[in-house]
Amino acid sequence: MKLNRRNFIKTSTAAAAGTMILPPFLQSFQNFQFSNDMKSYIDHFEVSVELMQKVIREAMSKGGNYADLFFEHKISNSLRLQDGKVNRASSNVDYGVGIRVLKGDQTGYAYSETIDEKSMLNAARMAANIANNPSQFKFDAVHEKIPADYYKISQKWEDVSVKDKVPFLQKLNDRIFEHDEKVIKVNAWIGDDTSYVLFYNSEGRLTYDYRPLVSLGAFCNMQRGDQIENSFSSYSYRKGFEWLSDDLIEMLAKEVVDKTNILFDATKPKAGEMPVVLGAGGSGILLHEAMGHAFEADFNRKGTSIFSDKMGKKIAEDFITIIDDGTLENDRGAINIDDEGNEVKKTFLVKDGILNSYIHDRISANHYKVEPTGNGRRESFRHVPLPRMRSTYMEPGPHTREDIFENVDYGIYVDNFTNGQVKIGAGDFTFFVKSGYLIEKGKLTQPIKDINIIGNGPQALADISMAANDYLNDNGTWTCGKSGQSVPVTMGLPTILVKKLTVGGTSV
Amino acid sequence: MTKEEKYSLAEWAVNYAQTNGAQGAKVNIYESQESKVEVRDKKIDKLQQSTQSGLSIYLYVDKKYSSHSTNRLNNKDELKRFIEDAIEGTKFLSEDEFRTLPEPHLYFKGEKMDLGTFDKDFLSIDPQKKVKLAFDIEKEVLGKDTRIISVTTSYYDNMSSSVKVTSNGFKGDTAHTYYSLSASVSVKGGDARPSSSWSESAIVFDKLKKEGIGTKALDRALKKIGQSKIESGKMTMIIENRLAAGSLGPLISAIRGSSIQQKNSFLIDKLGEKVGSDKLTLIDDPFIISGRGSRQFDGEGLALKKRTIFEKGILRTYLIDTYYGKKLNMDPNSGSTTNLVLEKGSRSLEEMIASLDKGILITGFNGGNSNASTGDFSYGIDGFLIENGKIIKPVSEMNITGTAKQLWMNLEEVGNDVYKNSSWRLPSLKFKDIDFSGI
Repeated sequence: MKLNRRNFIKTSTAAAAGTMILPPFLQSFQNFQFSNDMKSYIDHFEVSVELMQKVIREAMSKGGNYADLFFEHKISNSLRLQDGKVNRASSNVDYGVGIRVLKGDQTGYAYSETIDEKSMLNAARMAANIANNPSQFKFDAVHEKIPADYYKISQKWEDVSVKDKVPFLQKLNDRIFEHDEKVIKVNAWIGDDTSYVLFYNSEGRLTYDYRPLVSLGAFCNMQRGDQIENSFSSYSYRKGFEWLSDDLIEMLAKEVVDKTNILFDATKPKAGEMPVVLGAGGSGILLHEAMGHAFEADFNRKGTSIFSDKMGKKIAEDFITIIDDGTLENDRGAINIDDEGNEVKKTFLVKDGILNSYIHDRISANHYKVEPTGNGRRESFRHVPLPRMRSTYMEPGPHTREDIFENVDYGIYVDNFTNGQVKIGAGDFTFFVKSGYLIEKGKLTQPIKDINIIGNGPQALADISMAANDYLNDNGTWTCGKSGQSVPVTMGLPTILVKKLTVGGTSV
Repeated sequence: MTKEEKYSLAEWAVNYAQTNGAQGAKVNIYESQESKVEVRDKKIDKLQQSTQSGLSIYLYVDKKYSSHSTNRLNNKDELKRFIEDAIEGTKFLSEDEFRTLPEPHLYFKGEKMDLGTFDKDFLSIDPQKKVKLAFDIEKEVLGKDTRIISVTTSYYDNMSSSVKVTSNGFKGDTAHTYYSLSASVSVKGGDARPSSSWSESAIVFDKLKKEGIGTKALDRALKKIGQSKIESGKMTMIIENRLAAGSLGPLISAIRGSSIQQKNSFLIDKLGEKVGSDKLTLIDDPFIISGRGSRQFDGEGLALKKRTIFEKGILRTYLIDTYYGKKLNMDPNSGSTTNLVLEKGSRSLEEMIASLDKGILITGFNGGNSNASTGDFSYGIDGFLIENGKIIKPVSEMNITGTAKQLWMNLEEVGNDVYKNSSWRLPSLKFKDIDFSGI
């Protein structure tokens, strides 16, 4: 994202565009050759290279062997509709710097919400305490790392007024009501975030990122007789205001009504183990929960993951290749640089059925002596980076959707989920199915709803016996939680067959 | 910031909003500081310290409403622009006749009680002492069993304070401290690497239980070795006290004013009706000394009272805030809960297990969800199979599925082992006829 050097901090976008708050800083950069973008980020946070170096020196003063500074300024807005009216707006401004010191695999961390010399040096002193052998530290030459550009946008959210967003939510509400007379309540929202990130570390790497993120969602309640059912639908991307369109509203309105309608005649299946066909798209939650988390290298380096001793081993059928990718254009899980200043990659976790790579942050990449994969992410400047997923998906397989159904005599088909979880060591993962169907003799029959599915990661992965050629990425508002930190992710899957999983339901 | 400085900033912000186009405003100023030490392999793995503060403002402008927050408090000119912008933006919203500040006569105005939520010695605890506590509980585990793979222990503390000011006469402040110690242990058992954790917490440092945490985590992890699923079927379920909140959660969501008004509840029009067994008596008590949820006023400033939510299974009240109260035409009585106290029974968990012919003791939940409109739920679980009063084997990779109405009607017994490390003070619970899915 190109910035003008004079584009300074805005505190909110509640009104019209362009409120500038901080006075221009406009320092001279005569000692350094930086891009104009880089200069604008340094100005944005009102720091200088000399000041950042001073803070790093303080952070390293007790003998740490690495330190980094993560400056972040995030402006979030949300607009909500309830009972037919766009009647609530909210905004949040968050600003600060996180200072991290590493000594081997040990971490010292502190942050400051005030970015000035005194506060930063204080925080640096706290983080420095992870080490206790005072030493002199020599700087590497400062070098600018130009970030990738995976999310080009044309209309920045900071320049968009509440007034411009209101009609979209109103229309979404109206279209949902028009779709079906059973609709009784609609809640809809638009949320947008804009983050400015500046990063500098003790190795001299200086880089930045501009991260837009938007989500649009609707929650709908419908009533038939005494029965009330609800569902929700959402989309999220790293895109600008240009993304909102009538077509998008139309698609979302239809989808949420369709998803809710299915539920009225849905029942619970009988409880127990059975074959499960996962529909293309959001079923990628299986990869995220059953394998993705257990591939995160912090768990593996500590030996607590069930996949800790499986690197290089065959863990799935030959046709299975699973990827974690931070480079998908405008994807909710994409990042131009990770939160440790590292380049972001398309990482092959499982290649042709063989466990090929864990998901790494700096500490784990050093531990395993591999290149960082660009998975070091954090919720904000308040948090330490951890190995985290981005967009996790499986490549298309050799079968067709029809082949897969033909192979199921009795089982279930699921394609609409709300949430999932995993126990890394035991390997047990779950995902909650909002709706799906029974499969009887290869045909979709009775709708089902509100059931949890549970399985064991390595077993489920080995049990994926078929995968179709219909891969889809799911662009819903997926948020991944770990150690109290949330980060945006996406996931995707072709239609697959898992030989057996334990399905919640009623006992016969 | 001192309390007086916070009040002064909050009052300034309320006034500034009122003189720049808002008819009403509420402002919260909060500040907190925390520290965390994580220990692994006899070394400090993570050391974290921080202080944060922020301002939130809730604006009532020409019958329109919005809320905004910022952590940039140092520059008054910037805050002015922040509030001006927020007010301008609010004007583009739809009018909402139900959105008002509370009626002033409902605000808390009484004598401030000492509810024991604050440890005045917070700042004087020696940091070395904190670090030592985490090392001490690690020592309880290291070398105690050859199957141990990884041990992580941690110490955490937090001190927070806030003030709240509204334009129609409310002023109030709160201060809290919190300490916790926890241990997480992973062990090797076959292909699986089961783990378990245990934690203790307290409001006052001297009352924090500082021993036995590592031992307990190790013991719980070792007991999981050999976990497997068993055949599906209807069985009795006992939920361990510290997990009982997971089962009660959907019931509390269902009685919130917002859920009722938005039709996201299976308890619409059920006031005065029996929705649980006679064993379900639940009190919301704001005034328990050192209770984790103790307070005299809620987030709106409403004065709180002790109230009965369920009485022998009969629903006695909804949780109504000012906004949804207006929409529902009900009197506000606070939309949130404080300390939720479930009336306890007479037997311990061990006694409940000993008298059970066959059932499952749940010691962990794993994902799952519930449907707010219908009460349908399905959750992943792990725990232990009980037969003839004895724990037979560890189970995992199973689901429980049902509806909230059935579940609470099937509440058969309430233990006497109330879990006090939470604002939801619940004992172990026993439910009959639960659908378990396994093999």
